[in-house]
Amino acid sequence: MSVLVDSGTRLIVQGITGREGSFHAQQMLDYGTKVVAGVTPGKGGTKHLGVPVLNTVADAVKATHANASVIFVPPPFAADAILEAMAAQLPLVICITEGVPTLDMVRVAAALKNSKTRLIGPNCPGIISPGKCKIGIMPASIHKRGNVGVVSRSGTLTYEAVDQLTRLGIGQSTCIGIGGDPIIGTSFLDAIRMFNEDPDTHAIVMIGEIGGNAEETAAEYIKKHVKKPVVGFICGQTAPPGRRMGHAGAIISGGQGTAVEKYKAMRAAGIHTVQSPADIGSTLASVLHKSKSKPKSGGKKSVTTKAKKPAKKKAKRK
Amino acid sequence: MKIHEYQAKAILAKFGVPVPRGEVVVKKDEARAAAQRLGTNVVVVKAQIHAGGRGKAGGVKLAKSPDEALGHAEQILGMKLVTPQTGEEGRIVRRLLIEEGLDIKRELYVGVLVDREVGAPIFMVSAAGGMEIEEVAKDNPEAILRETIDPTVGFQAFQARKLAFGLGLTAEQVGAAVPFFQSLYRAFVETDASMIEINPCVVTGDGKMFALDAKVTFDDNALYRHPEFKDLRDLDEETPLEVEASKFKLNYIKLDGDIACMVNGAGLAMATMDIIKLSGGSPANFLDVGGGASEDQVKNAFRLLLSDPNVKAVFVNIFGGILRCDILASGVVNAANELKFTIPVVVRMEGTNVKQGKDILKNSGLNFTVADGMKDGAQKAVALAGGAR
Repeated sequence: MSVLVDSGTRLIVQGITGREGSFHAQQMLDYGTKVVAGVTPGKGGTKHLGVPVLNTVADAVKATHANASVIFVPPPFAADAILEAMAAQLPLVICITEGVPTLDMVRVAAALKNSKTRLIGPNCPGIISPGKCKIGIMPASIHKRGNVGVVSRSGTLTYEAVDQLTRLGIGQSTCIGIGGDPIIGTSFLDAIRMFNEDPDTHAIVMIGEIGGNAEETAAEYIKKHVKKPVVGFICGQTAPPGRRMGHAGAIISGGQGTAVEKYKAMRAAGIHTVQSPADIGSTLASVLHKSKSKPKSGGKKSVTTKAKKPAKKKAKRK
Repeated sequence: MKIHEYQAKAILAKFGVPVPRGEVVVKKDEARAAAQRLGTNVVVVKAQIHAGGRGKAGGVKLAKSPDEALGHAEQILGMKLVTPQTGEEGRIVRRLLIEEGLDIKRELYVGVLVDREVGAPIFMVSAAGGMEIEEVAKDNPEAILRETIDPTVGFQAFQARKLAFGLGLTAEQVGAAVPFFQSLYRAFVETDASMIEINPCVVTGDGKMFALDAKVTFDDNALYRHPEFKDLRDLDEETPLEVEASKFKLNYIKLDGDIACMVNGAGLAMATMDIIKLSGGSPANFLDVGGGASEDQVKNAFRLLLSDPNVKAVFVNIFGGILRCDILASGVVNAANELKFTIPVVVRMEGTNVKQGKDILKNSGLNFTVADGMKDGAQKAVALAGGAR
């Protein structure tokens, strides 16, 4: 099992003939993801990368029984692309596009509330269940099949964390990049709830950022409902207030959304917090080690970040 | 993108939001004539900078005559205004807004922004005008009234009335407040603002409502829809290095440390700053070169980092996904050859084509310090910059 995507996922690529869409569609095909169709208005009836291209998402769904879509269209067209996928009743839509206007996402978010569609992103690396299905732009080679769920607002920082896990021989059930924008389809809370309910996810890594209070909301849920060990890191501890740190969502305003507050909430929820981004993998390893030796008991106690390093396993990579 | 008060007021006025009459002056001697033309007993002389807290810092003054307005203008124009929002370095005042004085009966706070938790625009109002809303939120949160807007139907008149009555306005004043709020919302949506703050929003003796101050910030992601806003940008209000960075589409923010960082991805860039601090050093900047950086982009980024005179070491931390390590390495080598710098460079690379990248660095004959992991890289950079403090 894994979360949201697996070998049964049948994917449409919206914007498959564009530069980005084309490159990543090929990468996803190489990984073994079932890319069943592409959509580019006006290029219907052709083939691209050996995949049939259709004019509309509705046509593509009808022709292929797809159940997910990934969006690689430029920012001015992203909201329309999401709404088109939603109208075609796709249960899962992943929007990679960076730079979507916030008020476009406001309209999209309102529409999604009355739909069956789950959106991931925008401005995200995508989602991968290693060995089964990769949807997005993450480098495939750093992932390894296993039982840790990873959820993060960042792209490359997620790769960093996943790489640390894989080097320690710890595989992942599913890794979800939820995106760095202020308005996103899937929140930390949504992702953690799914990981909590997934029997094959045994531990969770959450990588947050300054800005907003999504991490705090997730921490509240974890405190009440999650028995699985959770390791948490917040980036932007040294960011100056009031500045937008790359991600539109990463801004501290009026003393809210600081790393200090987020760490406080996470610690109060029994999350194993990590101060250094270099210690995410080793902390999870030691937490897993402890919960194995003491099944179902002390897993939720807060530990210091100076977790003793487990014996270094040789990195096994594809 | 931030704009000046006078620009914000001009935009709001187009949408029907009442603002005081006023004129912008850039020379001292224009202030007297401007005050004369306004013709009111009292005029207000207001420094135009992209930061709040101007009044307390001496950047806003009342004048009872055109001569007094001239006196204030002489004093404020060209002065370095230091407010809690400008930092120690302050801002030079290059423009003044001369405005008519109003007969103020009440001062309110009115803000429109996007509530990220709900994913919808929200009105926030408070009877405590003139105070920082963050302070009100902390000390007296129930004094803030909120009204979430359903974007599919827009801001409704009943919501405007609810806010206005909630503020304790009289029936006559509510009559002025409702169209005021509605115009404000229209301006918010049609300009793709990320925030509009009217603080204070004033009620006058004759029952009218005016935006006495106005702070408007636009959503950078939506600027492509508003080419006319390009002219509103004031480069004097931005750090020169950040202006330079924006020309190359680099995401750069200057900080006050001495270890320059070059990273791909905003999250990893922030985490890199964090680990430098944890290693006892201090980051000189935030720099995200982006996912699809070219060799040229890398070179420009280097030039930018090195033009900061505080920099004593550079830490390149790249997790290659779309950005391949060999491209990055070539860019770094080219930059080193062309810019001939002597500052030590620590490179940490991982991900796509990392082996080719490392070979390029090794075979360049240049003296790079190669790091194994983020922590090692940060520690090496701190050591090369003169050790932990």
